[in-house]
Amino acid sequence: MDFETGLFGRRKKVRAVDNVTLSIGRGEIYGLVGESGSGKSTIGRITLRLYKPTKGRVLFDGVDITDMKERGLRKMRRRMQLIPQDPYSAINPAQTIGEAIAEPLVVHEKMSWREALDAAARALEEVGLTPASDFIGRRPRELSGGQLQRAVIARAMILRPEYVVADEPTSNLDASIRASIVKLLLDFKERYGVSMLFITHDIVLISLIASRIGVLYLGQLVEEGPAEEVVDKPLHPYTKALLTAIPLAGERPDLEKVYLRGEIGDPSNPPSGCRLHPRCPFATEKCSREEPPLVEVGKGRFVRCWLYLKR
Amino acid sequence: MTTVLEVEDLWVKYFTLTGVVNAVSGVSFKLGRGEMLAVVGESGSGKSTLGYALLNMVPKPGRVVKGRVVLGDVDVLKLSPEELRRVRGSRISLVFQDPFTTLDPLRKIGDQFVEFLMEHGLDEASAYRTAREYTEAVGIPGRVLDSYPHQLSGGQKQRVAIAMAISLSPEVVVADEPTTALDVIVQRQIMDLIDEVKRKYKSSFILITHDLSLALERADTVMVMYGGYVMEMAGREEIAGRMLHPYTRALFESLPRLGQRTLPKSLPGNPPDLRNPPPGCVFHPRCPKATEECRRERPMLVEASRNHFVSCIHPG
Amino acid sequence: MELSVYLRNPYIAAGLAIIAVFLAFAALAEYIAPYSPVDSVAPPLQPPSPEHIMGTDNLGRDVFSRVVYGSRIVLAIVAMSIAFSGVVGSLLGLTSGYLGGLVDKVLSFVMDSLYAFPSLVLAIALSVALGPSPVNAAVAIAVVYIPTYFRMIRGQVLSVKNEGFIEQARVLGLPPSRILFKHIMPLVSGTLMVVFSMNSADAILTEAALSFIGLTVQPPTPDWGFDLYKGRGFILAGSWWLMAFPGLCITLLALGFALVSEGVSKITGAKLR
Repeated sequence: MDFETGLFGRRKKVRAVDNVTLSIGRGEIYGLVGESGSGKSTIGRITLRLYKPTKGRVLFDGVDITDMKERGLRKMRRRMQLIPQDPYSAINPAQTIGEAIAEPLVVHEKMSWREALDAAARALEEVGLTPASDFIGRRPRELSGGQLQRAVIARAMILRPEYVVADEPTSNLDASIRASIVKLLLDFKERYGVSMLFITHDIVLISLIASRIGVLYLGQLVEEGPAEEVVDKPLHPYTKALLTAIPLAGERPDLEKVYLRGEIGDPSNPPSGCRLHPRCPFATEKCSREEPPLVEVGKGRFVRCWLYLKR
Repeated sequence: MTTVLEVEDLWVKYFTLTGVVNAVSGVSFKLGRGEMLAVVGESGSGKSTLGYALLNMVPKPGRVVKGRVVLGDVDVLKLSPEELRRVRGSRISLVFQDPFTTLDPLRKIGDQFVEFLMEHGLDEASAYRTAREYTEAVGIPGRVLDSYPHQLSGGQKQRVAIAMAISLSPEVVVADEPTTALDVIVQRQIMDLIDEVKRKYKSSFILITHDLSLALERADTVMVMYGGYVMEMAGREEIAGRMLHPYTRALFESLPRLGQRTLPKSLPGNPPDLRNPPPGCVFHPRCPKATEECRRERPMLVEASRNHFVSCIHPG
Repeated sequence: MELSVYLRNPYIAAGLAIIAVFLAFAALAEYIAPYSPVDSVAPPLQPPSPEHIMGTDNLGRDVFSRVVYGSRIVLAIVAMSIAFSGVVGSLLGLTSGYLGGLVDKVLSFVMDSLYAFPSLVLAIALSVALGPSPVNAAVAIAVVYIPTYFRMIRGQVLSVKNEGFIEQARVLGLPPSRILFKHIMPLVSGTLMVVFSMNSADAILTEAALSFIGLTVQPPTPDWGFDLYKGRGFILAGSWWLMAFPGLCITLLALGFALVSEGVSKITGAKLR
């Protein structure tokens, strides 16, 4: 399964995503790390063709879906799903949990509501909302954040999609239950071989479940590689800065501490040359003039920084 | 160490149409000069309500039903509206999570800052000088005073909020999740600023946060809340070395750690329904060490060792 | 949408009571009206009396009976027009709001142009163009109101479209018809009810105006607006009851709908908050 997205501009000529190429294999979890303004959510939605890229292609299981019309896409939708950040706005507040989960079955599998609700009950048990009868007739607002997110996951998985985009699925939840939601997603991956694009700002969390990590800054990939390597031996100053900024980073003596000045700035008006240069302590004159390309510095290891292009 | 703020047995409840929400139950603590107390809790812990109560601004239908908030020599909860207005901002101030709450989007930053200072007795010239002084002290150029809030970034707005909060040299600054809406790199910048302010102006801070790791990194004292009650309270070194309460430990273990190869642990269950809290210890339904006794008796906050308080029947 | 909440509201209750009276008039005219509305049954221009509680008109017809039967025409025209404009306006608003793009731009342009016309002038123009008849009057009134439904429904759709669960519905591959009718419409129905009731109040007055000019019914069919017109000439002579009672009915019925509209908007306004 391949995704290649390219330049993406919108009406105000905001280059939300600039020249990003991603490739996610079957059964793989890819962690996309970035702060707000990095374009990570946009990329997630492009891979689901909820938006259309201005340039570049999106290939799903070998099929080019970049220019597909909505009608054709709708048939493919059951194979790719989205788990959004806020569970409370993800389900129609006028529906019951059971109805919300059963609906895709009624539409795609042409089941009767009774059959679909039975399947929904089983799905609830699968995500740990037991006994299902306690939840199936409830409204979204009656559930806690963690419970509701499980229900959202149950609905997303009920058609057994091959690819799921998890867009900050735990950011709105209490810290003490985040790991259980992540574990749930991991279970689905193990059991059904679902591929995932896990979008988050928490680089440490994602390093524990992803096979590959991509670090995004102002719409560009600045570093990419196997998850453990990116976190244990970060290359790009931005990646290092992210790891430094995490509280209790002092506990990692081997990490080269990097502190960035200022803030991320306006995505519609990125700096010239390397987009990080106004904030980067290692910036040189060249960094402000020329934009560094993304180069492979090791097996499957990419970085976009002049520091690594001395050759 | 002089005590600048003492909270005694504070209880806050919300009287809603669907029942009485026990938001804060029996919270007590002392805050010393130049000290930072981190109040750590998740959703439903009561930490934000506690913050509002300290300034006597608990929103309706909430009300402080018991307790004292003693700032120096006055009980904030007993002040008249007039006295309260004078005390807020000048002796105890509040920084909100969302900078929009503090700043009026339709007026220039400088105008708002100056008006705030003048309302507390400064003449116009001194107000301008003070505003400029503190804006620069928080690391933003003085010309920001001529801008409107929407022209500033999140981090800059929060710096302005902090500048306003310290400009009258209050004894205590309450910061309610000041960095949650900011990205992690800016978060570090703001926390560094708060450290510097704390050192330079000797202001005491109460940092309300859901992030235990942030508390352990920055605070002098850490207070962990759950379901409106204090679970554990101790100095940073002490608590980092020895977490006595199962909830504190669970919270710590739920943090993803660099170097750990496995997923962190999770707490089962859900936050308590504060209209109908569990009997006995409010944490017992989710506690790995809960026994029958925990369901019957509510544990009191006791001093387990010097300056290390915990409310648990089976601590350690 | 629990019905009891609506019925308990004082505005709605009062409004519905008034409307119910006229509905009763319309439905049970044969039993309520003491005389035939078209036959001459008494000396003309009699002031109100026990036999003719609203007096008689210049042709000796019982005004009360004419008023009772007149409610039929009025309510029929109004019902037809609001049904037509409601359905057409809402459907267009739903699709335009949801689809966006060129369709939305074109439809909005058309609707805005229509909306810019003073409603009465437009209604008269259309009525004249179609030819005077109750049905044509209903159509004319309907067309005048379609832009209002369109605008309000479209506005609601646009604000709801960005809700997370609408995006989710798209992600789940639900067909647009389902998204529109099952997910968006229920959220929009509150606004719809407000517009319906406001529309009705206004339609009463527009119908009366059209009848006044003689664009709806032909004599001797009883109709309040038309009777109002005919009564003009006699008021100076002192026969106030020819105009007063039809006029009162128009006002009351419009008031009834306006009260309902006020009540509904208070309830849904509170909900939308």
